Amino acid sequence: MSSMADTPSVKLALPSMGRLRGLGMGALGIAVLLGLWWLGGWAVANDPDMFAFADFAPAPTLSALWDILRSGEVFAMSGPSLYRVGAGLLIAAALGVPVGIAIGRIDWLRELTNVPFQFLRMISPLSWMPIAVMVYETWDGAIVFLIGVAAIWPILFSTAAGVRRIDPSWLKVARNLGANPIHMLFVVILPAIAVDVLTGIRLALGVAWVVLVPAEYLGVTSGLGYAINDARDTLDYARLAAVVVVIGAIGFALDYACAALIKRFNWVRDSAH
Amino acid sequence: MISQAAYATASAKPASAGIRQAVSRGAHLAVMGLGHAYRKSDGMVLDDINFEVRPGEVLALLGRSGCGKSTLLHMLAGLTLPSRGEVVINGNTVTEPSPKWVMMFQAPSLYPWMTVAQNAALGLRFTRRGHEIAKRVPEVLELVDLASFADRNAQELSGGQQQRVALARSLATNPEMLLLDEPFSALDAFTRRSLQRDVRAIARNLGLTLVIVTHDVSEAVRMADRVLVLDANPGRIAEDTEVALDEMQREGGCDRFNAEHVRLMDLYTRVAHGDPADASDDNEQY
Repeated sequence: MSSMADTPSVKLALPSMGRLRGLGMGALGIAVLLGLWWLGGWAVANDPDMFAFADFAPAPTLSALWDILRSGEVFAMSGPSLYRVGAGLLIAAALGVPVGIAIGRIDWLRELTNVPFQFLRMISPLSWMPIAVMVYETWDGAIVFLIGVAAIWPILFSTAAGVRRIDPSWLKVARNLGANPIHMLFVVILPAIAVDVLTGIRLALGVAWVVLVPAEYLGVTSGLGYAINDARDTLDYARLAAVVVVIGAIGFALDYACAALIKRFNWVRDSAH
Repeated sequence: MISQAAYATASAKPASAGIRQAVSRGAHLAVMGLGHAYRKSDGMVLDDINFEVRPGEVLALLGRSGCGKSTLLHMLAGLTLPSRGEVVINGNTVTEPSPKWVMMFQAPSLYPWMTVAQNAALGLRFTRRGHEIAKRVPEVLELVDLASFADRNAQELSGGQQQRVALARSLATNPEMLLLDEPFSALDAFTRRSLQRDVRAIARNLGLTLVIVTHDVSEAVRMADRVLVLDANPGRIAEDTEVALDEMQREGGCDRFNAEHVRLMDLYTRVAHGDPADASDDNEQY
């Protein structure tokens, strides 16, 4: 069986080069952003109408950032925010993944839910705010609800799309080999759609992180949104800008973690025939 | 068209079957009065199908595209239920799929997130025989010449190797019958030949009953002990013939092989409404 001796072709990729280039470009991009920020700060400082806002410039901001990092305030601010986003995402995934699987598998259910779901999806999550505040006793509950409402749609639709892309022969093979519905779900369907679910969670995280800050403007006395509002009220613009940097940095880190997870669970290989 | 009376006693085993069953663990298959329409309003795609397969026999269902041969195979596997008649395996009517008779498809349909060994272990995992995996999976991979590929990702393999993994996956649960739905038609000629030879050899060594659906006359001649030629619209059995070749002759290149090929091609062509050019479209030169 000499034909079986053939081995998959060796990939001649240069990951180190690509990685180095990626890092270099990333650093350059950040440098350009800092430069623009500095220019903006310089312009504001030299404008007699606006010089009161000069603390938004990089130097005061980074100094304030160092202060909140050193004092540990940054953890006190971001902890509650991360908890709210985490809880909201968890609820969104716990509902979105099973419902997504169901509408991906059952045609009539997809047809039935398509219009109402698309309708609900297009409603800004923040427009639920007054209702959420009335329904939930705590501000935390209302914020988690708003994040859940924002996060469920990307997860649900991405899951459903993944289920619809499952090769029907994978299911036929499983059925033929004696798989029961539990096997079907855990051995075939969930591994097959893992990347779609995680992609949905990544999109949901982006939306949730955006919704979080305005949601925290109301009522609560903790979290990053509250910290921004508080800094504005006390005219501490350097601190306000520092919190903005923290929001960006945490958002970036969370997204990066999601991307890494997706890479980890992605079973599509470049060398696939 | 052969006489229907010849199949009237399809459920009764021929005298030789009992003897072969004693040495073979292959399944005994009987198809009785089977007919099928996809919907009640539609015409029959299969009608009045009666045949029997002895344990350990290799049967080819030869027919043109659209004659319902693949549908028939799905019914033998229990993946589709016939509108009329029944499929009986070892005396029991088939109502659902079972790991005792496993179907192989044109696409290997391996799970791309699993290794070769994990794919081969699926049947054992599904049937709560996980404790056998450590012993059985290396055995079946050895059987299909892929022992050294156990830990490779399924996607890293060539088409022929993937089909071998699918074969190992099918064999892992010790089935009594394999049902092959044109499993080699997507492979190059050389790989296809080696798989045809190996699958026949493995089935014979293990005493498995083998049913192959094909539109390729040379595949039928190479692999089958017996060939049923199917007519289309509705699908019926038009010819039932033995392939009288020994294992050496099946390799081809000899007069006996050529003669059998010509004979079968002739039958096939006649069944396909007497137009030789029309029917031979489906077949490549042997």
